[in-house]
Amino acid sequence: MTAPAIELTGISKAFGPVQANRNIHIKVMPGTIHGIIGENGAGKSTLMSILYGFYQADSGNISVNGVSTDIREPQHAIGAGIGMVFQHFKLVQNFTVLENIILGAEDGAMLRPSKANARKELRRLADEYELNVDPDALIEDIGVGTQQRVEILKALYRQADILILDEPTGVLTPAEADHLFRILEGLRRQGKTIILITHKLREIMEITDAVSVMRGGEMVATLPTAGTSPERLAELMVGRKVLLRIDKKQAEPGDAVLEVESLSVTDADGVRRLSDVSFSVRSGEILGIAGVAGNGQSELLQVLGGITAATGNVRINGIGISLSGRRADGQSRRARGIAHVPEDRQHLGLIMDFLAWENMVFGYHHDPAYRRGRLLMDNAAIRRDAQTKMREFDVRPPIPGLPAKSFSGGNQQKLVLAREMTRGPDLLLVGQPTRGVDIGAIEFIHQHIVDLRDDGAAILLVSVELDEIMSLSDRIAVMFDGRVMGERLPGETHERELGLLMAGIDAGAA
Amino acid sequence: MDRMPKWVDVALIPLINLFLALVVSGLVVLYIGEDPIRSMWIMVKGAVGSTYGWGYTIYYATNFIFTGLAVAVAFQAKLFNIGGEGQAAIGGLGVALVCLAIPWPHWALALPFAILGGAAFGAAWAAIPAFLQATRGSHIVITTIMFNFIASALMVYLLVNVLKPPGSMAPETARFPEGAFLPNAHDALGVIGLGFSRSTPANITFAVALICCLLVYVILWHTRLGYQIRAFGHSEPAAVYAGIPPVRITMITMLISGGLAGLMGINAVMGEAERLVTDPVQGAGFVGIAVALMGRSHPLGVLLAGLLFGMLYQGGGELEFEIPAISREMILVIQALVILFTGALDNMIRLPLQQLFLRLGKRAT
Repeated sequence: MTAPAIELTGISKAFGPVQANRNIHIKVMPGTIHGIIGENGAGKSTLMSILYGFYQADSGNISVNGVSTDIREPQHAIGAGIGMVFQHFKLVQNFTVLENIILGAEDGAMLRPSKANARKELRRLADEYELNVDPDALIEDIGVGTQQRVEILKALYRQADILILDEPTGVLTPAEADHLFRILEGLRRQGKTIILITHKLREIMEITDAVSVMRGGEMVATLPTAGTSPERLAELMVGRKVLLRIDKKQAEPGDAVLEVESLSVTDADGVRRLSDVSFSVRSGEILGIAGVAGNGQSELLQVLGGITAATGNVRINGIGISLSGRRADGQSRRARGIAHVPEDRQHLGLIMDFLAWENMVFGYHHDPAYRRGRLLMDNAAIRRDAQTKMREFDVRPPIPGLPAKSFSGGNQQKLVLAREMTRGPDLLLVGQPTRGVDIGAIEFIHQHIVDLRDDGAAILLVSVELDEIMSLSDRIAVMFDGRVMGERLPGETHERELGLLMAGIDAGAA
Repeated sequence: MDRMPKWVDVALIPLINLFLALVVSGLVVLYIGEDPIRSMWIMVKGAVGSTYGWGYTIYYATNFIFTGLAVAVAFQAKLFNIGGEGQAAIGGLGVALVCLAIPWPHWALALPFAILGGAAFGAAWAAIPAFLQATRGSHIVITTIMFNFIASALMVYLLVNVLKPPGSMAPETARFPEGAFLPNAHDALGVIGLGFSRSTPANITFAVALICCLLVYVILWHTRLGYQIRAFGHSEPAAVYAGIPPVRITMITMLISGGLAGLMGINAVMGEAERLVTDPVQGAGFVGIAVALMGRSHPLGVLLAGLLFGMLYQGGGELEFEIPAISREMILVIQALVILFTGALDNMIRLPLQQLFLRLGKRAT
């Protein structure tokens, strides 16, 4: 029997009082794709960082190809044939592909021979693995999918036999993700070993040979993928049964709440971010905006939320709102019944150093209910109010006196949702509601969004998770390059069609 | 994760920093062949060993509290106002103009107007850099420090050419009318039967400084304005999301900050000199930065740090007088060491302590 490519035995790692990894055992067989799945904070990234030499384990042993190996820094891992592709690429934007690939692995003081060698090697790798990249293109000029391929090439150029990919599909269109999977399959055929870290059950089922599930810093199970199901994996991840489908009845839309006509935004660099966008959302309806990140969805939310100026016409309940100037700020928007759960809760939605109760009035701090006299804020009332809302939204721990930064991602999101959803908004803008949120909390958040819809609110949902868009929306609009490519009904479309629209191809029109 | 008892953060760490600064100062004193223990004793006794010492300590502390509060308020909005020096000088000008405007019948009438004058002038001097920062993005560190020089030149020009009484040789205004003299510590404490040295500059302005500490606390943590200032300081994008107007908050914060710096003029110009001289601030604007740093931008911290720096100033003066081998520059070195350890090297102590408490906490559970 062959030795495992990677064998971790008894790995433990603590950060202060937090036990990030507890007695982890895992075997990854050579020539396989091994998935590692788990909620945020389950310890996946810590484990991989130990394997790649960013952290040292407090105890335990790492064996590579059957040989016990001491990995104290990334150079050791690279030496042992381990390569890592990070979720956030580590590329120099104004270098060419070739320059990025040889960076840190040059043959000598002069660049010319290194470049020539690399060019030859690159051609070989491209033929072998379907990894076609123009070696002379600048990184800033190529798309994210291609950048990811450069990262993979970087690892292969360093003779990696074992590749670790951390959430590789987060930034890709479905088509790009398919391409990536084809590359991974090619690598597997050539005998490479791949560790795939993800939270998407679908990807695990689609491509892996074996899957390990982590929960609370422990490895709860390692299973052959063929012998398991998404439901079973979800249950293992969360530790209880999870509803993967959302319970919702047919929407009963009323009058149009939000009407957007020929909305356009040009940013400070003169780049058009939104061009001529028009759509409407009725009360009691969820309009999902699908699209790959960076195709104008963020700007759309920011314009409607009063953060970015724009041109065009936007009406709320039939009455226009300002799109630039003093009346186009967040306060005016809230006064018109617009609540906004921003995409980036850590930088926009919350002040991380503020206490939970201070965050619960963020944006609503002028509300007369929180005033004491003309000038003072009624901190006691805000605290009481926060306590109630935190219980209602099951924020854990329900302690208003803790700073926002000490809550987990899912609970931070619940703080924002509790603040924005409990004031009976006419229109809820919600961006990436479940990004970085645990599976258990996703269910909860989705249910609350649907409940708000059933209470008659209009909801504009922006998400890069196609599954989320498909299961929550009553109508779907797809954005590409600042434009709305088209609208579809979730019952009458499928992921392939939406994927093409997200890539700017309207199959129906052709 | 970073669970440290609050008392460690607010009390133990500053005390350890102070202790380290004094140890290093002691080594320097030892190096020039003097007795560090005796020197330390002279400093402490000089600062708080008599009502005379206390009088000067309080006087200096009052200056530092005003300038320290000015820096602290701005810092809550992540604005680094290092123009306290200029704002305080121009604030002093405002105080002087009020005091000289009419023959005031009584100080109690003059004081409120002088407060308005000082605050308004200080605020106005901060308003220009604030406006440039808010609307043009000109960095406030650069502009406020440039405004210190402009203020200094303006003061010289006004005192030499405009405000100097005819026939006088000194670049200073006439003495204020007697009705604008503030009661000093001797007079004020005499009312409640407490004896205090007659010849110190400590005066009723200390009470104004205490009230300002309280007001700043209430504004920052109990009003909507303070909430917006702090939110803006933590994250400008988040503030914009919440509809907090950056330009307005920048302006208001800097006006408050400049106004507080300007109030220093009450103490130095109206309370002590009783006339306006070319440099009424004497570096207190810069000491305010250290005070705010050490006081962690909290009014209570500023009050305590202001008192400490008052002691250092007064004690240092005594030391210089008692041991001639320790020169003026040596005193500056000691003060600088305190600033270095309490401000800049804060993390040197903080991080190991944090780890220590983490380990202790782990063992306890």
